[in-house]
Amino acid sequence: MNRTQRRRVRDGALYAVLTLALVGAAVVTDWEAVTTNFLDGPTWRAMWPEIVTVAVWNTVTYTVISFVFAFAVALVLAFMKLSPLAVYRWLATAYIEFFRGLPALVVIFFMAFAVPLAFHWIPPGGLVGAGIVGLIVTYAAYMAETLRAGIQAVPKGQREAAQSLGMNGAWTTVSVILPQAIRIVIPPLTNELVALIKDTSLLFVVGMQADQVELSAFGQNNTVTFANASPLLAIALFYLVVTLPMTRLVAWLERRQQRAR
Amino acid sequence: MTTVEPERGARAIEVRDLHKYYGSHEVLKGVDFHVDAGQVVCVIGPSGSGKSTLLRCVNRLEEPTSGRILVEGIDICDPEVDLAAVRSRIGMVFQQFNLFPHMSVLKNLCVAQRRVRKRSQDEAVRIARDNLAKVGLADKENAYPAHLSGGQQQRVAIARALSMEPDMMLFDEPTSALDPELVGDVLAVMRTLATDGMTMMVVTHEMGFAREVGDNLVFMDGGVIVEEGDPVDVLSHPRHARTQAFLSKVL
Repeated sequence: MNRTQRRRVRDGALYAVLTLALVGAAVVTDWEAVTTNFLDGPTWRAMWPEIVTVAVWNTVTYTVISFVFAFAVALVLAFMKLSPLAVYRWLATAYIEFFRGLPALVVIFFMAFAVPLAFHWIPPGGLVGAGIVGLIVTYAAYMAETLRAGIQAVPKGQREAAQSLGMNGAWTTVSVILPQAIRIVIPPLTNELVALIKDTSLLFVVGMQADQVELSAFGQNNTVTFANASPLLAIALFYLVVTLPMTRLVAWLERRQQRAR
Repeated sequence: MTTVEPERGARAIEVRDLHKYYGSHEVLKGVDFHVDAGQVVCVIGPSGSGKSTLLRCVNRLEEPTSGRILVEGIDICDPEVDLAAVRSRIGMVFQQFNLFPHMSVLKNLCVAQRRVRKRSQDEAVRIARDNLAKVGLADKENAYPAHLSGGQQQRVAIARALSMEPDMMLFDEPTSALDPELVGDVLAVMRTLATDGMTMMVVTHEMGFAREVGDNLVFMDGGVIVEEGDPVDVLSHPRHARTQAFLSKVL
């Protein structure tokens, strides 16, 4: 056997094993239980269209609000961390280490229940709004480190070239450094965006009204209401409907920009 | 901010007793140096001699430790001076080109014109196209830097600096990162610039260029200027042992 034949045999064997495993799983599955518990027609129909108009809509809204504000805070933190002034660096480091070390769930709890008690202040959007503030401060810490790494990855010569043309520091940062830094961090930022989509499920701990539910709360509520697990499969599918296009879109953006480089 | 108008009759570049430390390491040990308007001065020397540091001090990309640097009579180390305005009159070309990779060639040439010179888009584009034609790359205005050869990128970088209509140009080893067959195009552009009367300070390893184009040649070693004078004299009859040793290796 030459090398090509050996490779074909090996690949064929792998496919055979994979197929056997799938067939085996299908054989041992209790399809009747699956159908009654996860594919219950009346339950699926009862969730429509609220699963999209309320649950998906809220998941996306909470994600976008959290991401935009977290990105803005992260940008400030990243520049503080790169500041020549030690006070700024120290403050940014303290913030980042503090919030990176806490589970998002705990921060959401604190924002929704401890902060209003301590300061007699509830953010816009009530408890859900407070929970979103929790997501923002947590994700700002993650994204700040990512952005700092991206800014530092831009070659030093880029800033020097802009300065030698007489461009001031702020304009150099905006038009020369940041566009390149953000391009560098698009892959890790995508990971953080997808993680954020999924972490909006933590907001349920603050308690939600019917029109505030995102996918996970919607799934849990309906599972209880209908005493059937179909909503769990439904929300899993809709999470993928939200996350897959985002990761695909960003992959496409990345390829397009790679070509421009 | 103090005035940034160039002083009449002042030298283009005047460096007095310049010292520069990196930590405890002294890279410039008291350098006196000048370039007159319209002159081409080439600086040669072994790596680590401080020649690039000297050049980078002239537009304060390096912070001098002590000494004075006057550009067209303006003390650029004066904390009151509008450094960006002074820099905008000093074109700089880097060894690694340093084009902005996320901008097209035309945008590379226009961004500082628009922002610093406050030119209209039409005027900036017109000046950019003139300069691209000057460096022989008129057909590349929509290309991105990554799609150009090193020699083309360096010529774009020269055109970018020229688009600011600077009073002088600094070249920091402009051909050192290029494949040998691409060096000639860049040197040809620089030669034309010199012929047109541009004031130039050129840190280089191109002895042929220094001999033909330079009005003055400076040899640096160990953070000091060892020898300077007419390029033909210095290159043919070096007086100092260190100059002789260096030239015997590179010529």
